[in-house]
Amino acid sequence: MKQGIFTVTGNSPLNARYARLALSGDTSGISAPGQFVELSLPGFFLRRPFSVCDWDSSSLTLVYESVGKGTRALRELPAGTRLDLLTGLGKGFDLSRAGAEPLLIGGGSGVSPMLGLARRLLESGARPRIILGFNTRDELILLEDFHALGLSPTVTTADGSFGIRGFVTEAMSVPHSFFYTCGPEAMMRAVAEKSPVSGQLSFDARMGCGFGACMGCARMTVNGPKRVCRDGPVFDKEEIVWAD
Amino acid sequence: MGRLSVSLCGIELDNPVIPASGTFGYGCEFAELYDINCLGTFSFKGTTREARFGNPTPRIAEAYAGMLNAVGLQNPGVDAVIAEELPRLAQVFHKPVIANVSGFSVEEYVEVCRKLDAQPQVGWLEVNISCPNVHGGGMSFGTDPNAAAEVVRAVKAVTTKPVIVKLSPNVTDIVSVAKACEDSGADAISLINTVMAMRIDLKTRRPVLANVTGGLSGPAVFPLALRMVWQVSKAVKIPVVGLGGVSSAEDVIEMMLAGASAVQVGAANLRNPYACREIIENFPAVMDRYGIENIKDIIGGAHG
Ligand SMILES: Cc1cc2nc3c(=O)[nH]c(=O)nc-3n(C[C@H](O)[C@H](O)[C@H](O)COP(=O)(O)OP(=O)(O)OC[C@H]3O[C@@H](n4cnc5c(N)ncnc54)[C@H](O)[C@@H]3O)c2cc1C
Ligand SMILES: Cc1cc2nc3c(=O)[nH]c(=O)nc-3n(C[C@H](O)[C@H](O)[C@H](O)COP(=O)(O)O)c2cc1C
Ligand code: FES
Repeated sequence: MKQGIFTVTGNSPLNARYARLALSGDTSGISAPGQFVELSLPGFFLRRPFSVCDWDSSSLTLVYESVGKGTRALRELPAGTRLDLLTGLGKGFDLSRAGAEPLLIGGGSGVSPMLGLARRLLESGARPRIILGFNTRDELILLEDFHALGLSPTVTTADGSFGIRGFVTEAMSVPHSFFYTCGPEAMMRAVAEKSPVSGQLSFDARMGCGFGACMGCARMTVNGPKRVCRDGPVFDKEEIVWAD
Repeated sequence: MGRLSVSLCGIELDNPVIPASGTFGYGCEFAELYDINCLGTFSFKGTTREARFGNPTPRIAEAYAGMLNAVGLQNPGVDAVIAEELPRLAQVFHKPVIANVSGFSVEEYVEVCRKLDAQPQVGWLEVNISCPNVHGGGMSFGTDPNAAAEVVRAVKAVTTKPVIVKLSPNVTDIVSVAKACEDSGADAISLINTVMAMRIDLKTRRPVLANVTGGLSGPAVFPLALRMVWQVSKAVKIPVVGLGGVSSAEDVIEMMLAGASAVQVGAANLRNPYACREIIENFPAVMDRYGIENIKDIIGGAHG
C-alpha cells in the first residue's frame, strides 16, 4: 500500500450511469489487476474504494457509478484537482492461474477491473475471452477499450437492447481454463456455479479503512473470517461461503 | 526524558499519543507503513475468551465528520492473540502494549485479563466495559456503577498490571461510573468509547447497519468526549486517558488541558493511516506555538 497525492487529468461521463476518472501520480504501489484504491474526497470522512480499471507507471483510471453523495461529488471535480489516494490495496487477481484460455466476466461497474486484467493476461501470453453484462444498451462501458486491445467481448444486456439478451451466464458455454469475475454478488454466484473450472471473484464490502485495521469488511470463508480489503477483494471460488 | 514524555500508572511513555483499540488491529498493518515505535504505546483490538466473527455486515456507515461501526468485537480469541499476535508484534514493537479486553460475563473478563496479565509485552490492561455493539455484555457493565465495580474488583484480584477501565458515554452520569471504578481499585480511566447512533438508507428505507445501531466516533464526538474527560478528571484522582475524535496535535493538547494524562486516537487512523505519526511529528511545533515547554505540565491545566 502507498499513500500519494494524485492529480485529476480527466473526469468525464461514459454514459448517464458511469464516468471515468483519470489520475496522474505515483502508481508504484499497484502490483496486480483487481487491487483497489481508497480515494479521499474533500468533505467526506471515509475514503471511497474503487477498483483500478487500468494503470501504467504514472497514471491510473477508475470507472465509477454515482450512487450516493460521495460519488455524485466526484462527478464535479475538475481536471487539476489534487486527491489523496491509498493505492495498491488488497490482493488482486492471480495471473499465474489463468491457463491458456481464461474467461473474464464483468457486470456493471465490475467490468472496470477486467480491462487491466485483460491487458496483463495478453502480455503474459494468455488468450482471454471476455463477457460483459449490462442492464441495457445505454449503460455499456469500455467496449472500445477492449477492442483497442484486439479483444471482442461478448455483451449481454438484461433487456436485450444490445448483444445477447439475458445474463452473462447465457454466454458462458465456451471452453475455458479458468475464470475471473467482478460484478453484483448474484451474478458472480451464478458464474461460479455455471463454470466447471476454478476461478477468482472480486467482492464488494462497506469499508472503514481499506487496509486491514478495523474489521469493518469481514466476510466468512471456508478458511474462517477474512477481510475483504486485505485478504481480498479477490477470493478463490473454493473459499467462498455464499450467504443464504 | 523528552518534552513530550508523560507517565501512565508508573510507566513512562515517550509521548502521550496512543492509537485506540479497534482502529490499529494488533499493530502489524501499521508496522508495514511506519516504525510504530514512535508511538507512546497502542491499545490492541478488543480481545475476548473465544474467537468472534462479530456482527453481520454492513458494519460501517459514514457521518458528518465521523463514522459508525458495529464490528461487534471480531477477534481471534485470547489464546490465539497470545500464541500468534503477540509474538508477531514483538518483532516490530518494543514497548509495553495496552491489552484491551472485552467480555460477556465477569468470569470472562477475569479469565482473559489473567491470561494477558501474564504476558511480558503487556504493560496495562484496558478493560472495555463500554462496547455498544454486542448484546448481553460489553456496555451493560459500563452503564451501571455496581456492575462496573464488580468487574473491576474481580479483575484486580487476578492481575498485577495497571488496570485502565474504559467507559461508555452512553450514560446519564459518567462521573458516578468513574468513581465506582476508582473505588473498586481501577488504576486509570479511559473515555470515551463510541456513542450509540444509527443511519437509514434513503433508497432501501432500512437501517444502513445490519446491527441497526452502531457506535459513532471521529471528530464529530470530540467536544462531547472532551466534556466527559473534564468532568471525570475533576472527580477522580487516578489518571484519565482521553479519547474521542482526536485527530491533531491541537486536539491532544486540548484533551490534556481538560485533564487527560495521555490521549488515544481512533477513527483518524482509519482515514489516514499515518495520523498518529503525523500528530507526533507536529507536536513540538504546536507546543512552541502555545508556549508549552513540557507536555506533562499542561495536564488538567484548564481546571485552574
Ligand atoms: C473493493 C471495492 C471496489 C469497488 N470498485 C468500484 C468501481 O470500480 N466502480 C464503482 O462505481 N464502484 C466501486 N465500488 C463501490 C464504491 O466504493 C461505492 O459505490 C462508493 O463508495 C459509494 O460512495 P457514495 O458516497 O456515492 O455512497 P454513499 O451511500 O453516500 O456512501 C456512504 C458510505 O457507504 C459506502 N458505500 C456505499 N455504497 C457502497 C458500496 N457499494 N460498496 C462499498 N462501499 C459503499 C461509502 O464508501 C461511504 O463510506 C467498489 C467497492 C469496493 C469495496
Ligand atoms: C472500527 C472500530 C472498532 C473499535 N473497536 C473497539 C474495541 O474492540 N475495543 C474498544 O475498547 N474500543 C473499540 N472502539 C472504540 C475506539 O477505541 C474509541 O473509543 C472510539 O472510536 C472513540 O475514539 P475516536 O473518535 O478517536 O475513534 C472501536 C472503534 C472503531 C471506529
Ligand atoms: S475495511 Fe478496515 S479491515 Fe477491511
